[in-house]
Amino acid sequence: MSDRAAPGQRPPALAIRGLAKRFGSKVAVNSIFLDVPAGSFYGLVGPNGAGKTTSLSMATGLLRPDAGQVWVHGVDVWGSPLEAKRLMGLLPDGVRLFDRLTGEQLVTYAGLLRGMDKDTVADRVKDLLATLDLAKDAGTLVVDYSAGMTKKIALASALIHAPRLLVLDEPFESVDPVSAANIKDILNSYVESGGTVIVSSHVMDLVQRMCDHVAVIAGGNVLAAGTVDEVRGGLSLEDKFVELVGGRNQTAGLQWLRTS
Amino acid sequence: MQVVGLVIGGLYGLGILAMVMVGLVALGAQGPEAIGTVIVLAGSALFLGWLIIPVVASGLDMTLDPARFTTYSIPMKSLLAGLALSSFIGVPGAVTLLATVGTAAAWWQHPLSALVAVLCGALAALTCIVASRAITAASASLASSRKFKDFSGMVLLVPLILLGPIITGVTAGIQDLQEYLPSLANTLSWTPLGAVWAVPAEVAAGHWVLAGAKLVIALAAVAALTLIWKICLAKALVTPAYAGSSRRSAGHMGFFKLFAATPTGAVAARSMTYWFRDPRYGTGLIMAPLLPLVFVFAGSQAAGTGSLGITLGLGGVLAAFLIVWSISSDISYDNTAFALHLAAGVSGTADRSGRALAAGTLGLLLGVLYAVVGAGIGGSWALLPATLGLTIGVVGSALGLASVFSSRFTMNAPLPGDSPMKSRPGNNFPAMLVQLAGFAGVGVLIVPELVLTIIALATHQPLFGWISLAVGVVLGGALLLAGIRMGAGQYNRRAPELLLAVSADR
Repeated sequence: MSDRAAPGQRPPALAIRGLAKRFGSKVAVNSIFLDVPAGSFYGLVGPNGAGKTTSLSMATGLLRPDAGQVWVHGVDVWGSPLEAKRLMGLLPDGVRLFDRLTGEQLVTYAGLLRGMDKDTVADRVKDLLATLDLAKDAGTLVVDYSAGMTKKIALASALIHAPRLLVLDEPFESVDPVSAANIKDILNSYVESGGTVIVSSHVMDLVQRMCDHVAVIAGGNVLAAGTVDEVRGGLSLEDKFVELVGGRNQTAGLQWLRTS
Repeated sequence: MQVVGLVIGGLYGLGILAMVMVGLVALGAQGPEAIGTVIVLAGSALFLGWLIIPVVASGLDMTLDPARFTTYSIPMKSLLAGLALSSFIGVPGAVTLLATVGTAAAWWQHPLSALVAVLCGALAALTCIVASRAITAASASLASSRKFKDFSGMVLLVPLILLGPIITGVTAGIQDLQEYLPSLANTLSWTPLGAVWAVPAEVAAGHWVLAGAKLVIALAAVAALTLIWKICLAKALVTPAYAGSSRRSAGHMGFFKLFAATPTGAVAARSMTYWFRDPRYGTGLIMAPLLPLVFVFAGSQAAGTGSLGITLGLGGVLAAFLIVWSISSDISYDNTAFALHLAAGVSGTADRSGRALAAGTLGLLLGVLYAVVGAGIGGSWALLPATLGLTIGVVGSALGLASVFSSRFTMNAPLPGDSPMKSRPGNNFPAMLVQLAGFAGVGVLIVPELVLTIIALATHQPLFGWISLAVGVVLGGALLLAGIRMGAGQYNRRAPELLLAVSADR
């Protein structure tokens, strides 16, 4: 049971040990164990309500777990949160932004909150807005942004301090294909330079093409974890996922929904 | 809860209706000219109400917002008829219909006019509905824009606050106007606003031609309004809801330029931006400065203008308190956007002091402004230190206590983007208790300054004023620092729990 021990000499980017959370009588996350190797592009897949967002919230210090521990590059997230959060960039799903700020103000705000100096923040904000194709809307209030633009400005806020680990919850939802391709390029070069990315998604195809590691989560449990090739074992990731998770309808479908 | 609201609204409507009917029957004892004048004036006011209220209150009830029907293919005629009829089902529509038809009661001395009044009343109610529908449809794309919603929500509050002065002013005005009223009614009766109401009066007076002419004006008005409604609705149905505003490029950093580029400064700049840009804070910023004026008004009614300066200064203290105390629910107002502070690992000290810095700047500016203006108007410069001491003491103490409270309690605040008028269910007894405890707490903390200021004002001895100022600066400052320190410790321990508490509420 070596994977149950505390992280060793060269710590993984993210080590999760026995993380558990229940809301009332519903067990959201059921004591999960996971190692995300440094320098990997890690996919987290699972059906809706599988516990992906809850797990990531606990791993990044947003939600206090009932039990278990998390280390980011060997730093205990719940023991020394301020130190751990310096190492992480986070794009949470389903939370609001300070949307009465302009896009430029919001990203600047994220940088200044992390104690970065003014000039570095200004330079990086300019770069990020240009790269994410938001320069023309930099002075527009975030509340007037489209869903995709909102996602991109949140991503910019997560990147501003050049973290060593990026945790992205549903980063491609409602993002247009061109911007998605740009984001993928940014993430790929980030991983090549030694950074670690964790993305959660339920688009299997995207995870299979983009990630080198994957974990399948359902019902609050990790069903499988490892490199993408190990997990899918010859099948496509989508087929393997359906096999692991189950739940396909076996009936003949809607008989009346036929045009001939 | 909706049923309860409906019942209360219904009872309220019935009460108004009963009062109107009693008034109308009593009015019937007068001569036909007086009856006509009153009904034309009241009826014109009713039309104006139906025209204006839906526009300013558009953020409150959008159940039958035309934009909601864009996705269904309902024939225009059915839609118009359905929307018009549905308006009579609500409490305002039903009460209007009953009251307008009920104007017949005022004509109990003139049976023929009463009959005409029933028909004209129905026509008038229909006009009200069609007019309000037309204006809703015309303003649909405007009303769904964010800026308009923000603005109208805040402006709506101003007349509410100043209700006292306005009513007094209007009553005084009306007394002067009394001789002028009949001719005003006569003029109105030739416009679409008053025509329909004047028909029974003309019948009673035997002016059949005039009655006919005014009926034509009224019918033409309904027809024209229906046409406008139809055109606007057709347009609104094929226009998607307001989509974004013009793009603006980089370089507008606003308050971020003014505050230091540190975590504390950033939080302060962000809070300050919200004070001016988020209507939930903006309404506070509009209401607070108006309060001293209401005080001055009430004071001058009761005690003349002698105490004007002092009233203004003390009103300023209250205004400053309202602004700084509002940070006690700051995190509830952030809602889940607060996750950014948590993810970025903002220290409790930076979070607490940044918010306090923004609210404190605004509150102190306002309080000092009113104290100085009050001293200037009242010529009581010698007592300025007394008011200043109380202002500074209140700002410091309230900020300190609010910093502790907001890292301990969350409440059901209006969500970001919601109308500040919208009350949210579930602000229960404990939340009220917390607020009351906060007020009481601040009341206890400022006892020294309060006592000294009262002595200074009562005895007109400036020395006590200077002591009050010194105590205010020292004690207020100390309480502020202690509050931020305690609040910061609490924040560092409880930040994830605070986020969880506000996430439950979205």
